[in-house]
Amino acid sequence: MSNYYDSKDLVDFPKITEFAKEQGETFFQYYDSATSAGTLTEREKTLIALAVATTQKCPYCIDAYTNKCLSLGISNDEMMEAVHTGAAMVAGVVLAHSTQMRKIIKKKEM
Amino acid sequence: MDTNEQLRVLGGSAGCISFKERFERSSKTRLAATKINILQINVGKRCNLSCRHCHVDAGPGRTEIMPKEILSACLKIAKQKEVSTIDITGGAPEMNPHLEWFLREAGKLGKRLIVRSNLVILLEDAYAGFIDAYAKNSVEVVTSLPDYHDDRTDRQRGSGVFFRIIQAMRMLNQKDYGIEESELVLDIVHNPVGAYMPGAQKALEAEYKKRLFNEHGVVFNRLFCITNMPVGRYLEYLLKSGNFEDYMADLCGAYNPLAAENVMCRSSISVGWDGVLYDCDFNQMLGLRINHGMPYTIMDFNIEKLRSREIVIGNHCYGCTAGTGSSCKGTTVVGAG
Repeated sequence: MSNYYDSKDLVDFPKITEFAKEQGETFFQYYDSATSAGTLTEREKTLIALAVATTQKCPYCIDAYTNKCLSLGISNDEMMEAVHTGAAMVAGVVLAHSTQMRKIIKKKEM
Repeated sequence: MDTNEQLRVLGGSAGCISFKERFERSSKTRLAATKINILQINVGKRCNLSCRHCHVDAGPGRTEIMPKEILSACLKIAKQKEVSTIDITGGAPEMNPHLEWFLREAGKLGKRLIVRSNLVILLEDAYAGFIDAYAKNSVEVVTSLPDYHDDRTDRQRGSGVFFRIIQAMRMLNQKDYGIEESELVLDIVHNPVGAYMPGAQKALEAEYKKRLFNEHGVVFNRLFCITNMPVGRYLEYLLKSGNFEDYMADLCGAYNPLAAENVMCRSSISVGWDGVLYDCDFNQMLGLRINHGMPYTIMDFNIEKLRSREIVIGNHCYGCTAGTGSSCKGTTVVGAG
C-alpha cells in the first residue's frame, strides 16, 4: 500500500459487502433509500451529502458528490454555499463546546 | 486530431476491457442492427459556432456540404416504409443551401422530420426564414442547451450563446413551438459541460423547465440527456485537461447491458455529407464506415441487407451504454431517470 488514500479506490466502494455480506447489503439498501428523492429532492439531498462529505473530510465522498452535483446541474455557487453551511455548523459545534470550557473555568478560578 | 490518432488513443483506453469484448460477454452475441427506422443525415460540417464539445469538429471554416444529388438519394431512401424518422444534423444544417428544398420534399412524406439546430443561426437575417419553413413542414426542432446556467453554456458553446439561444427560443415559442397545446415540437439536448456524466433525464427536464420559464419566460417540450462522446474536440479536451483516463473509467464502470441492448445504431443509419453510410454520427466522425461486406454509400443503399448488418464498434461506444444509456433521443433505458 503506497498511499492511504487512492482515488482509484472509489470504485471499490460497492465491494464493501465483502466479509460481511448481510450487513453490507443492508447498509446499501439503507444508503440508496436515504440518498434518493423522497420528501426532499435528489438535488437537496446531494447538497446535504456534499456538505457532510467536506466536513467529514472524506476524499471519496467529496469526489463522488461533487460529480453528482455537476451531473444534476447544481451550480458552483450552490455547492460552495452548501460547503459554507457545513463549515458554519462545524464552527458552531466547536464554539458551542466552549460552554464546557467556560463552565470549568468559572468553577475552577477563584 | 485526425481520425487515426483518435482511434489509436481510444484503442488503448485506460485499462478497460475493449467494448467489443464487454458487449459480447454481456449479450452473448455480436452487436447487429434489427431495423432501419431512423435515417440520420449529416448535411454538412459547416457551422456558425465552434463548440468545445463538438464531436463533428464543425465550424465556419469547414467546407463539407452535402450536395443536392446526395440529398435526393436520401429522399428516395426516406420514402421506404420502414423509415419512420428523418433526422437532420450537421454542422448547422441551415448552412446547407439545399435544406429548405429538402424540407419541403421530406415534409410531403408525412414522416417524423427532425432538424438539430443550434438556434443561434436563426437570429441571422439570412437564416431567419427557417423558422417559418420549420413550422410549415412540421419539423421537430432539437437544440443543444448544455446547461440552464448561462456561464456554463457559454463556456462550452461560446460567449453570449446562451442568451442568443433563449432569444431564438422566444421566437419559436411565438410561432407555437414548444407550447403544450401545439403540435410543433421544440426539444432540448443537455450534455455535461465538462468531464462528468449527465444526471437523471426526468429530474433535469423538470429543473430546466422550471428555470427556463421562471428566469427567461421560455418553454420547450422534452429534454434529452446525452453523454459526451470521447470523439473529436471533446476527446481533445479530455486529453488536454488530463481527464481522459478517469472519464473512460467512468464510462466503462457505468456499462449497462440493458442500455447496450437499446443503442440507437440498431434501429438507424447515418449518412455522411458525401453519401457514405455509417452506423452512427460518431462512427462517421471517426471515419468508421459501415463494414462487414455491406453496401456503404447511399447510392448502393439496400435496406434488406442493411437492416441486419453487424455494427462497427470501438471503445467510444462505451459513451452510449453508460448508466441509463445515451442516444440522440436521450436515455435508452425505458422508464429510466
